[in-house]
Formats: sequence, structure tokens, C-alpha cells
Amino acid sequence: MLDENLARHSAVLAEARAGGARLVVFPELGLTGYQLQDLAAEVAMHQEDPRLRGLAAETKGLSTVVSFVEEADDHRLFISAALLEDGNVQFVHRKLFLPTYGLFDERRFFAAGDRLRAVDSRLGVRLGIGVCEDFWHMAVAETLAMDGAQMLINVSSSPGRDLAAIHEVGLGTATSWRTLMRTYAQLTTCFVVFCNRVGVDETVSFWGGSEVIAPSGESLFTAPLFDEGLHFVDIELGDVRRERIGLPLLRDERPELHLRELRRILGERTGMSPDQASEGPDDREGPHEREAPDDGAGREGWRSPNDEAAREDWRASNRRTVPNRWTVPGDPEARG
Amino acid sequence: MNADAKAEPDPPAAPHQPAVPGGPLFELPPELAIDTAVARRVMVGFIRNQLHQAGFARALLGLSGGIDSALVAYLATEAIGAEMLLCVMMPYRTSSEESVKHARLVVDELGCASEIVDISPMVDGYFGRDRELGAGGETSRDASQLRRGNLMARQRMCVLYDRSVIWGGLVAGTGNKTESLIGYTTLFGDSASAFNPIGDLYKSQVRQVAAAVGVPEEIIRKAPSADLWPGQTDEAEAGFTYPELDRLLFWMIDKRRTDEELAAMGFPTAAIERVKRLVAASEFKRQVPPVAKLGPRTTGVDYLYPRRRPGSARR
Repeated sequence: MLDENLARHSAVLAEARAGGARLVVFPELGLTGYQLQDLAAEVAMHQEDPRLRGLAAETKGLSTVVSFVEEADDHRLFISAALLEDGNVQFVHRKLFLPTYGLFDERRFFAAGDRLRAVDSRLGVRLGIGVCEDFWHMAVAETLAMDGAQMLINVSSSPGRDLAAIHEVGLGTATSWRTLMRTYAQLTTCFVVFCNRVGVDETVSFWGGSEVIAPSGESLFTAPLFDEGLHFVDIELGDVRRERIGLPLLRDERPELHLRELRRILGERTGMSPDQASEGPDDREGPHEREAPDDGAGREGWRSPNDEAAREDWRASNRRTVPNRWTVPGDPEARG
Repeated sequence: MNADAKAEPDPPAAPHQPAVPGGPLFELPPELAIDTAVARRVMVGFIRNQLHQAGFARALLGLSGGIDSALVAYLATEAIGAEMLLCVMMPYRTSSEESVKHARLVVDELGCASEIVDISPMVDGYFGRDRELGAGGETSRDASQLRRGNLMARQRMCVLYDRSVIWGGLVAGTGNKTESLIGYTTLFGDSASAFNPIGDLYKSQVRQVAAAVGVPEEIIRKAPSADLWPGQTDEAEAGFTYPELDRLLFWMIDKRRTDEELAAMGFPTAAIERVKRLVAASEFKRQVPPVAKLGPRTTGVDYLYPRRRPGSARR
């Protein structure tokens, strides 16, 4: 299986090179197949594996993203995507988010990566690589863009489902992905390359429909559903600059604000800092209880020493149990 | 489609409407409508891949004359070509003549191979016939319809799996999602197959796709029946029409609505209760039998491999 897939990757690479491609993207677990279960350990490759190195050797003058089961030095298994360039394994991204719900069971068989960073490429643009579910978490695209990515690359093995006739493209999964990827392109003003598998593993059918999306959110290319293919897409890298000059969303990002608020939220969640969003025992009664008493004293009157003491008691007990994250609609402070 | 559902006591009187000639081809609740082109594409690709990964080029199926097996025959023909498909008709002596007629219609349309295997001697050989005692002995002389129906379904399975050796193909399943969920199947009988392309389609959706792929109208239009005795229809036996039942199952299972939410949507409480019970009571039919865990690695528990993997294909 692995050998056949390696050969197939080689053949496609050669064809892509002959067609003048500079970047070639293969889907998630393209080297091994997706539905692996206990096979995962049997098809795993170390980053130094001669088979992977052999494939890398075929990338002289090219950038390629391939995906495989990676076995780390400590024998954890990851779903990884490697950037192969000029004969080297330039960079490896380990899938961060492993869906383990519904039809997915990834966490049972794989470890989750814990590094997220963009990487310079020989193309002259910085790449942000993610694997499938990684892009169902907003922070991933945002972080990669903040780290300087100008092109986001998502490699997927997305199983098609939900054929309800209401969907734009006849497949709920495809509709969701299109919405997501176009939105990421627009919000990060990056190119987005989405490469999804086709074929059937056991019960699931992967739906293809790979896309290349401009930094404006406009789709430049959409592959047909379910058909295998090598597609060439010409892009204008200058679009990144043009889009960012015209729509300076990245310039206006507030990472320090985001980080500060995330730190606060994390502190509250873990009980390491007072929960600023909660307002004491009465909060549990619901929003209608939270109006300040109309005693002419306004909010200061409400914050009587007794109330403060009660709140502090409650906060203390809260810290020992489940941190309370309820917001207080009636309280301007809580709205922040 | 088979008779185990009759184990369910006293089904309420059927609100079943017989198909009206000249009326709409079928009733499709709007929320169940699917993109038939995508569905067709997925199912055809699925059939092709299941066979390919197992190292087979051919398939066979039991063709009853009903819509489910007709649809699978059409899809299999699209996937592998008529010359790679064998349809086996397996009537019992009391089967309706219309069933065989409709099955022939499908075979003639598709141009696939077919054969008739009369299962009467196999079934009668067990239950006996007239005054003749069968292999099942005295306790089988006046066997219930349930027992007879189940044995017929299992004999058909035996025939199909035997024919699969001669034909050199895999048995394609023809059960739909509705009957699977309510357990209106015979375990190791009609539910047995190598793979099932239509098992995630509700009956209403089977009709929708069948119409899209060109299954003859009279097959789509006729009242579904397990054809285990004259005049039997699924809907009379179940006490629901398929569109009603499909809608309820769709909201209950696929859309995870609670009983209260279902009631608020207008589903009768009795129907909700009954369908829930049917689904729960037939859980065992949809799963591989449990194995007592003893060793370090147990099949289905912590020995987990895809059915198709390197080395699994027939050589």
C-alpha cells in the first residue's frame, strides 16, 4: 500500500513538474490512506525514513506538501504534513486537532501535535500548513497568518456526508468547507490551497473538490467532486500585497488584546485567577435577578461590603469546584 | 425485508394508502430529499471500490421484484457493467407472480445475467408440506409465519452465498435504512451481504434515487412487501406509511430530536414510543455479535483493522 502510494506520488510529481508546477500539494495521509486503525503503526515513517527522503529527493526545484503517518523518536504516531523542497524534508506539521466524534476516531490511534508555525518556502512566500480538522479551529488560520503566512495550505481527507438537497453543491460537507476556506482567505488575506482526497475507505467516500482561493476570498479554482486529478492553477502572488494594501485587516489585528483576554479566560477557567465575569451567588438565579436595586445608590450602593464579602466567599468556593464562566448580561463590566 | 418485525405484538391498524395509479410516483417528505446525482455517484463509487479492494470484478444480488433490490441492480450495473452482475430470483411457491414479473423486467432492462432458484423444496423440506413431515419435525408442522418467513430469508442467503462461489462475485446487500433501523429484517437472512450500497437511504430516498436512475415506474409505485404471504405489505404490517416512518426516524436519529421535541413537531406520542422501542429492540441486528474479552487483543475490541487492507484482497 505504502509503496504503491509512494510510486503514485512520484508519478504525479513528475507530471506536475513537466507541467511547470512550482508547488504540488497532496491530500492528508495520501501516502498511507486514511482509515487505518491498527494499521497506523504498520505504515508509520520517521522523518528520516529513507522512503520519505527518497520522495524528497525528487523535489529539486519544487515545493511539495505530502502527508503520512509519522512516528516520532518516542514512538508517538502523528498525522503529519511535510514540506519537501529541493530534495529536503524542510518542515513537518503535525495535525493539531484530531477529531474523535461522530464517524471520526483519530485520537484513539494518533497523538496530537503541539507546534503551530508558518514556514518560509522557496516560492518566496511564507506558508501556513494545516491538516483537515486543524482548520475547523479559528485560531489556527489566525495564528499562521500572524506568523507571516501568505498562503495557507490545508490537506484533508474529508469524508462526504449529508446529501440533503438543500445544499449548494449537493453535499453538506463540501458546502461547509467552501464557506470556511473562503472565509479564511478573506479574513487572513492569504491565498488558501485546500487539497482533499477522493476515493473510498470502508464506508466513507472522500469527496475531492479541492480549491485554490485568492486573498480576496474569491475562488480561483474548484476541482470536481469525487474525481481524482492533477490540476494546475496559476496564481498571482502580488495579489497578497494588493489585497493587504486595500484591506489592511492584518495590520489592524490586535494580537496583544487577544492574548491578554485569552490569558484572563484561561486563568478563570482553571481557577488560577478570580473570575471577573461572574458576580456572586445571585448570578445563578438568572439575569432577572441581576438588576441593581433601585435604591438611588446606583451600582455603588449595590456593591455594599456585605455583598462583596458574599461574592468573595462564593468566588472562593467556585475556585474549588467548577470555574463559573457565566456572563452577566445586566452588568456593563462583564460585557467588557 | 423480512418477518422478524412480526415479533412486535399487535401493530395498530394500518393507515396505509394503497398506491393510486396515475397519482404522484411517490411521496417524498421535503426534509428527506437528497441530491440524487451525488448519492448515485457515491454509491456507484462505493460498489466499485468494495469489489476492487476485495479483488473481485463481479457482484450478485437477490432480486425480489421490489424497489430496493431493483435499485441496487441498477447501481451495480452502472458501477461494473451488466455483464458483471448476476441477479438471482428466489421465489417460494406462495410468492406473488408479480414479484417474479417485476424482477424479470429489471433483468430485461439491464441485460444482466439472471437465474431462478425456487426455494420451495428447501423450505418445505424443513417445515414439511401437506401431511409430509419435514426435517424440522413435529414442532415445525404448523410453524408460525414468523418462523417460515425467517427461514425463507435465510435460505435465500444460503443460495446467494453458494451462487457467489460459482459466479465468482460478492453479494451486494439490498436492505434500506428504514427497515434496518426498525429491525424489519432477518438476522443472517436478507441483512447478510458483503457490502450494502443503499443501507443509509430511507425508503423514501430509495424511491427518489430509484426514480432518478430509471427503475421502472410500476416497481416504484407498488406497495412494498416482504411477499411472505399473499397480500402482505410492509406498511400494513408496520402500522406506518413509509413517508411517516422515514420522517420520524430522520428527526429522531439523524437530527437527534428528543421525544418532547418530536411531539412538539406533531408526531403522535404513541408512534414515537413504538418506533423508539423498535429501534432499541433491534440494536442486536445491526451489530456484530459480541465476543467475550479474554486475551490481550480481541477482534472488534482492541484488534481493529479495516476490512480491506494490504493482503486482504482475493488473489
